[in-house]
Amino acid sequence: MDIWNYLEYAAWALSAVIAAIMIMDMIKIDTTYDNELLTSSREGELELTQERHELDDVL
Amino acid sequence: MSNVSATAAPERLGLLRVLGPAHVWALGVGIVLVGEYMGWNFSVGKGGMIAGLVACWVAGLLYTCVAMIDSEVTSTVAAAGGQYAQAKHIVGPLMAFNVGLFLVMAYTMLEAANAITIGFLLDTVAGMLGHSGLNQKPFIILTILALAWLNYRGVLASLSFNLVITAFAFAAIIVLFLSVQFGASAVPLDFSAVTNEPLPYGWLGIVAALHFGLWYYLGIEGTCQAAEEVRSPARSLPFGTMAGIMTLVIAATLTWYVCSGLIPWEYLGSAGTPLFDAARVTGNSGLMVLLFIGTVFATTASANGCINDASRAWFSMGRDHYLPEWFGAVHPRFRTPYRSIVFLVPIALIFALGAPLDQVITFSILSGLLGYTFMTFNMVMFRKKWPLGTIKRGYVHPWHPLPALILLVLCAATYFAVFLGYGTQLIAMLCFYIIASLWFHFWRYRFVKRGDQFTMPWPRPQGY
Repeated sequence: MDIWNYLEYAAWALSAVIAAIMIMDMIKIDTTYDNELLTSSREGELELTQERHELDDVL
Repeated sequence: MSNVSATAAPERLGLLRVLGPAHVWALGVGIVLVGEYMGWNFSVGKGGMIAGLVACWVAGLLYTCVAMIDSEVTSTVAAAGGQYAQAKHIVGPLMAFNVGLFLVMAYTMLEAANAITIGFLLDTVAGMLGHSGLNQKPFIILTILALAWLNYRGVLASLSFNLVITAFAFAAIIVLFLSVQFGASAVPLDFSAVTNEPLPYGWLGIVAALHFGLWYYLGIEGTCQAAEEVRSPARSLPFGTMAGIMTLVIAATLTWYVCSGLIPWEYLGSAGTPLFDAARVTGNSGLMVLLFIGTVFATTASANGCINDASRAWFSMGRDHYLPEWFGAVHPRFRTPYRSIVFLVPIALIFALGAPLDQVITFSILSGLLGYTFMTFNMVMFRKKWPLGTIKRGYVHPWHPLPALILLVLCAATYFAVFLGYGTQLIAMLCFYIIASLWFHFWRYRFVKRGDQFTMPWPRPQGY
């Protein structure tokens, strides 16, 4: 066993921890918030509020 | 499922608009710069030094056209999904579905290739330090998961991280060039092969080299995926993209110059890490450390940018119901497409752990190439449907339709080059996209709410 073997175990452990944190957070969010709210994003919202695709001289 | 927090949260969740032009630059260059550190040099192996340089500049021209076209269209279609959103608005749903798949496949496979490379680099270091037979798998998995987690937590942190490590990797190339120019190398630059063996495999060698010339710039079009998260898309996207392609042309030329001058072309053509190998040839330990860190940073930045881009494309397709709507969710706190990010992790792991590197890279290049081909007629249709003066553009590219035509010709030449080396993969890839298109047309499209996909307040196109 040298430092590289320990690094291999550390990488396995860190991977497992990160995967667990990410999945647990996802489950928490999915069970806390309404799916309709989570999927409420719409394309082009900025254009609707700030950058209308209009040219003064055309429209 | 409860609604406890729905009332406290805003009525509608969207991706967070926090990015500036520097982040756009970091996303585009970050994905690509790894191509300077490895992969491009196979073009030298295919056709010699001159062919390598021609491939570098011809591919540079191809990608300059890509950057110009993308800058104009994306500064108008400022939506996550980039070219997918462009295709949806300009061409139609079936094209959009295909472009979305091109993007997800290209970026996910590139991410897998980067993770494999990090495993290989660590194995090399372990070998140099006396440890043989390093198990690369835990490091490959950790790379993908850690970067996915960073992306999950927020786009600002993720792309700020990319900005720092990409800038470092670019600076490392500049430092190597300057050091070699000012005598820090124990071995002088030698370009005698340019005159002695200009084209060892003839003109066909130049065509064959084109395939790997793409490596210098593959992925710069990824800047478009940030469209929905930049504060000012009309300004930041063209600025970040054009600055990105200029950076890459400089980095590519310097890379070819230093590596070709220090390493004989026969060895350079098959080197695993050409810039690091060039630093080793100089005999300067400081340069060796710098270029090794640069290689690791460039690879990490590429994987990080790929996770960002693949998840945005997948999220956009889910939001439009081209895929299950479940994927179109935004995290209420981090404001990221968290379900798409998590879903793509096992896909990347399957490619990283189960497929050979060259096959993964080839499928990534082919998906990218199909996307570039789409851009040519997309641009022509965009100018035809919304001529100048009928819609607000953040950037207008010059000499239309010349860049689109040049791009089309160069794409055709590259298809031929790919066919020479990887004809089976090219045909397999096309079959995959044809089957996916049939599935979308005959089954999936029934779930798409026709009006909901087009929420941009655009003027009606000419002729409609």
